Amino acid sequence: MNACTRDEWMTVAAARLLRDRCVCFVGIGLPSAACNLARLTHAPDIVLIYESGTIGTRPDVLPLSIGDGELAATAACVVPLPEVFSHYLQAGRVDVGFLGAAQIDRHGNINSTVIGPYDAPKTRLPGAGGAPEIALHAKQVFVMLKASKRSFVERLDFRTSAGYLDGHGARARSGAPGGGPRAVITDFGMLAPHPQSEELQLVALFAGASVEEARAAVGWPLAVADHIDTIAAPSALELDTLRALNARTREAHARPVRIPL
Amino acid sequence: MSAAILSLAEAIEHYVADGASVALEGFTHLIPFAAGHEIIRQRRRDLHLIRMTPDLVYDQMIGMGCARKLTFSWGGNPGVGSLHRLRDAVEHQWPHPLELDEHSHAGMAAAFCAGAARLPFGMLRGYVGTDLPAHNPNIRRVECPFTGEMLAAVPALNPDVTILHAQRADRAGNVAIDGIVGAAREAALAAKTLVVTVEEIVDALPPAMNAIVLPHWVVGAVVHCRGGAYPSYAQGHYARDNAFYRHWDGIARERGTFLGWMEEHVLGTRDHRAFLAGLQQEAA
Repeated sequence: MNACTRDEWMTVAAARLLRDRCVCFVGIGLPSAACNLARLTHAPDIVLIYESGTIGTRPDVLPLSIGDGELAATAACVVPLPEVFSHYLQAGRVDVGFLGAAQIDRHGNINSTVIGPYDAPKTRLPGAGGAPEIALHAKQVFVMLKASKRSFVERLDFRTSAGYLDGHGARARSGAPGGGPRAVITDFGMLAPHPQSEELQLVALFAGASVEEARAAVGWPLAVADHIDTIAAPSALELDTLRALNARTREAHARPVRIPL
Repeated sequence: MSAAILSLAEAIEHYVADGASVALEGFTHLIPFAAGHEIIRQRRRDLHLIRMTPDLVYDQMIGMGCARKLTFSWGGNPGVGSLHRLRDAVEHQWPHPLELDEHSHAGMAAAFCAGAARLPFGMLRGYVGTDLPAHNPNIRRVECPFTGEMLAAVPALNPDVTILHAQRADRAGNVAIDGIVGAAREAALAAKTLVVTVEEIVDALPPAMNAIVLPHWVVGAVVHCRGGAYPSYAQGHYARDNAFYRHWDGIARERGTFLGWMEEHVLGTRDHRAFLAGLQQEAA
């Protein structure tokens, strides 16, 4: 396999988690690239929903925002935002929620709100957006973020979206309808919840990544599953498709827009 | 009764008072930038700004000192990063403190729906396991009288004024919107007064049975304002200027460059046409 970056490998590994025909609520950024890569490779009939109300969208280039015109122009339908959250997401019609985050803890809870205290934040982050209810209602959730001791933390500064709360069935007892985070894809491999404790543990590594590397990148003592899978390197098709998608996207976003005078 | 057809300056003068609650809606698409700029030109103060995604338009209004309070659910520059002026207001109270009323998208959508229906609160199965209710007394729980299930409740949003941008209106003031609508319809019908800027005013709207149409008798004023959503977009008219959104990150990062840009491009221009002409000249 030719050399690929860890970013590319992450995106490919995340895309492989998506089954064809599944209904996927897509977050912007890394998740959006993974979901569209899946659609352009092994999952041509995946239904991608963006929170802007675009359902069954098939963008030729990745959107910069969650509501680029490309998403509407290639959608099966465009519905009002309250409808996408109430009649689709809350109604249990979403199989997979695919999210990014600024911080994640050992139980897959997510922070995208503040670093530091809420009332006097060190860093004010964008906030919740659709994430709390995507994390709540999707039948399963996948999370993508790069690992560091600042992002994989012992304790979140703010819990924006629920993972398994304190673990050991706390999420189910809270009445959350969806299944919670089933996989966290990061730049050394993948974590998944332990069946009983619901603590994220290392379940898969990219070929060439090590348990030590994973432990060094995570801010809590990382548990390791009995068996660790090796995530196969991207195939030529996967890598070519992703690179072509990224190239088309860069070109489209750099194209000057006519100022509407 | 038909909607009034006004100039943008007249509409802001008449309908947006200091201290008012104002919702400039439009989810990424059809963001009423021209109206936001006119509010800045007319130096409105102490506004309670309401918008799911504050976007660049509220970054500009907050940085120029128009706002005392912000109701919102996601405050970033989409796909780029932070809204630096919003951050500066929250982190350093510059140019002055900003009270936050922070929600999730689903919660804020429910609040707009309740407002449109003139119900006292919106309801959803939401906010479970999040810290938001601990920091926002406007997110509470309510018991279903039929099943006993506990649900989240948020007070209805009823802005004094909602301002939208749309592709077209007819001369009576009926308004038609194509493409991504976000919560524009709900925010429009929740408002005490609705002002809509449009790309074009036509004799008759084309038949479109299931398009979003706001009838003239819920519309207070229509303003003809070409390019009124730029640098966001108007489907069928012009694309989102993603390069501008990236460029904004550098402009807004420091107070000095931000103020300089606003002075030159917004305060220093008479109207939206002059604002766009200035940008076009700069790009040439």
